[in-house]
Amino acid sequence: MEELPVTENSAAADRVTAGTAKEGRAAEEVLDLQEVADREYKYGFVTDIEADTIPPGLSEDVVRLISSRKNEPEWLLDYRLRAYKYWLTMTPPEWSFVKYPPIDYKDIIYFSAPKQKKVLESLDEVDPELLETFNKLGIPLNEQKILSGVAVDAVFDSVSVATTFKSKLAEMGIIFGSFSDAVHEHPELVKKYLGSVVPHTDNFFAALNAAVFSDGSFCYIPEGVRCPMELSTYFRINSAGTGQFERTLIVAEKGSYVSYLEGCTAPMRDENQLHAAVVELVAMEDAQIKYSTVQNWYPGDKDGVGGIYNFVTKRGACRGDRSKISWTQVETGSSITWKYPSCILQGDDSVGEFYSVALTNNYQQADTGTKMIHIGKNTKSTIVSKGISAGRGQNTYRGLVDVKKGAEGARNFSQCDSMLLGDRCGAHTFPYIEVKNPTAVVEHEATTSKIGEDQIFYCNQRGISTEDAVSMIVNGFCKQVFRELPMEFAVEAQKLLAVSLEGSVG
Amino acid sequence: MLEIKGLEARVEGTQILRGVDLSVKAGEVHAIMGPNGSGKSTLAHVLAGREEYEVTGGSVTYNGNDLFELAADERACEGLFLAFQYPVAIPGISNAYFLRTALNAVKKYRGEPQVDAVDFLTLVREKMKLVGMDEKFLQRAVNDGFSGGEKKRNEILQMAVLDPKLAILDETDSGLDIDALRIVAEGVNQLRTPERAVVIVTHYQRLLDYIIPDHVHVLSEGRIVRSGGKELAHQLEKEGYAWLETGSATAAGGA
Ligand SMILES: Nc1ncnc2c1ncn2[C@@H]1O[C@H](COP(=O)(O)OP(=O)(O)O)[C@@H](O)[C@H]1O
Ligand SMILES: [Mg+2]
Repeated sequence: MEELPVTENSAAADRVTAGTAKEGRAAEEVLDLQEVADREYKYGFVTDIEADTIPPGLSEDVVRLISSRKNEPEWLLDYRLRAYKYWLTMTPPEWSFVKYPPIDYKDIIYFSAPKQKKVLESLDEVDPELLETFNKLGIPLNEQKILSGVAVDAVFDSVSVATTFKSKLAEMGIIFGSFSDAVHEHPELVKKYLGSVVPHTDNFFAALNAAVFSDGSFCYIPEGVRCPMELSTYFRINSAGTGQFERTLIVAEKGSYVSYLEGCTAPMRDENQLHAAVVELVAMEDAQIKYSTVQNWYPGDKDGVGGIYNFVTKRGACRGDRSKISWTQVETGSSITWKYPSCILQGDDSVGEFYSVALTNNYQQADTGTKMIHIGKNTKSTIVSKGISAGRGQNTYRGLVDVKKGAEGARNFSQCDSMLLGDRCGAHTFPYIEVKNPTAVVEHEATTSKIGEDQIFYCNQRGISTEDAVSMIVNGFCKQVFRELPMEFAVEAQKLLAVSLEGSVG
Repeated sequence: MLEIKGLEARVEGTQILRGVDLSVKAGEVHAIMGPNGSGKSTLAHVLAGREEYEVTGGSVTYNGNDLFELAADERACEGLFLAFQYPVAIPGISNAYFLRTALNAVKKYRGEPQVDAVDFLTLVREKMKLVGMDEKFLQRAVNDGFSGGEKKRNEILQMAVLDPKLAILDETDSGLDIDALRIVAEGVNQLRTPERAVVIVTHYQRLLDYIIPDHVHVLSEGRIVRSGGKELAHQLEKEGYAWLETGSATAAGGA
């Protein structure tokens, strides 16, 4: 995403900071709530699968190598090279609220694939160790999940190794599989839409991704088709020092509908791992895309060592009239999250939604939000952001509501709520509003709250432990967002929040 | 059941309890009366385990065990219930969800099976009828926007569902009209069995018209200065607490 500068005609509003709680007794109360987690990352293990890895560093040769390893057509190599050359002219963004040591892009391994090339007929053919890993993560690549109607395209260290339900979906004309496969099987579609929402010139990380993207998901819903199941992809970062550059593209043709789930876990690492994904969504006339994320990458340990840098560009284009794109995200992992799933509301009467829960504990930092660009007439957008900060976590909401001149009757409602646990964490809100059409109605609400010692005691007195009380109160705070998640994800998200908060309250 | 000996406690450096002695046996109902600021709520909170209140002396045994060895939630799971003078609101959590979580926490502690949503609903509906609460309160956030009387009823509902061994009611009667008062009394009287005990904190005697206490105690400046039978409550009602200030406290005989 491009920079969100504080320009003169934008309203940079209420900035809320904790960490200087001067309220006397209240401050001491929260101090009691301040014992820091020393919990090991639940998913911290490394799989022993031999990876096909190229040496670290980035050059034109590496870009060519990635492309040739993947047997890519000439046009795609050209695309990568153009992006690479553009990236060389760029500098990393510095406007966000996150702090981290400069990344040495020469130290990163840009390609790694499990050594497993042949096409598989069934799960029986998959490396048992790989399956074991999926099981440890609770990834539902098993009968139960298949029976419950989830088609899983599991991306393991950048390359898809298993896809289920593909043929059933194919009968309906739905294409759902790895990005690499789509490049070979549906080059015309990929060529048409790749970079059409997030151009390679968009930002530093998007340019990097365009040059070196490894794999990801591709999804195409033909006209009038309602995808009968939630499409789900589980990402996982594995090989040490491997940057992850996922590329996802979802196209919903006229009158179609799709709900897409993305969930992630990563094993424990001491060095920081860079993740720079790009997700592009295109919704045509009357089409609807629901994109849900539960992000649980390794957040670093309690002292802030290790953890994933998650610098993602996600954007959807509501191209057709009455189209709708909803982003729902639950972000509990990563040491740094830099992410602004956005909607370009081009079509008249199109709708954009952003529902977000971002939790930062220990030394985690999150700078996340959305951009709603109103272009078409009577376009509507809703933003609901819930930020939870614990430990020394820093949580920033950064959002832009941009109503262009022609957007007659545009409407936006934004609600940004922050919850603080303890007084060493921080919550910050940067809502930017630019309105060029006088008929637009833009509303913004923001609140900041703390979990009080008296609430905890009240719960304790009814037999509820402090940890359960905190997770109950936090879940209540997030209800508005969880409601937007598909059922099984909502349950998972609640558990995740509880795990992420364990030990954050004394 | 509850044996309090020489209990001293302070808040923020101020000594509030200065040697409380009190013995509550199973099957008994005790009333603690006393002027505002005498330390009644402090005593209730110390017993419930609020950490803000620092115990500086004395001992409390509960069912033969040292009460101070238990954390607040463990005390609750051991059957100690406090109906708060000022119940706390928890926005975003429905009353039903809160109460089921509490009930299941207590059950888990006792090694009893968890109550599912259907069984819980049956149970809570029955208890709501008992305390005269509309079912719409199940979906409302805990005490959020409740009137004073509604909060007090909600405390009694929680007490009825959690079925405590020792219930401490801190001014549950204040701010209640006569009907609500009867309901609270009804709830307490239901708990009046040989295995349970109730401690009622109040500074009016009107609740005691409905719940006849076995013992009445007067707390003043952090000490129990007088104990007696139910007639003591009537005497206090007539004479007020003024006599306490005459320094005749020590002359007053205990029960
Ligand atoms: N949290 C607190 N901080 C400071 N003072 C307190 C606190 N709680 C109680 N007190 C003081 O302790 C004394 C006893 O209060 P309390 O136990 O509430 O009395 P009662 O319930 O008998 O009216 C009062 O003087 C009150 O102001
Ligand atoms: Mg009181």
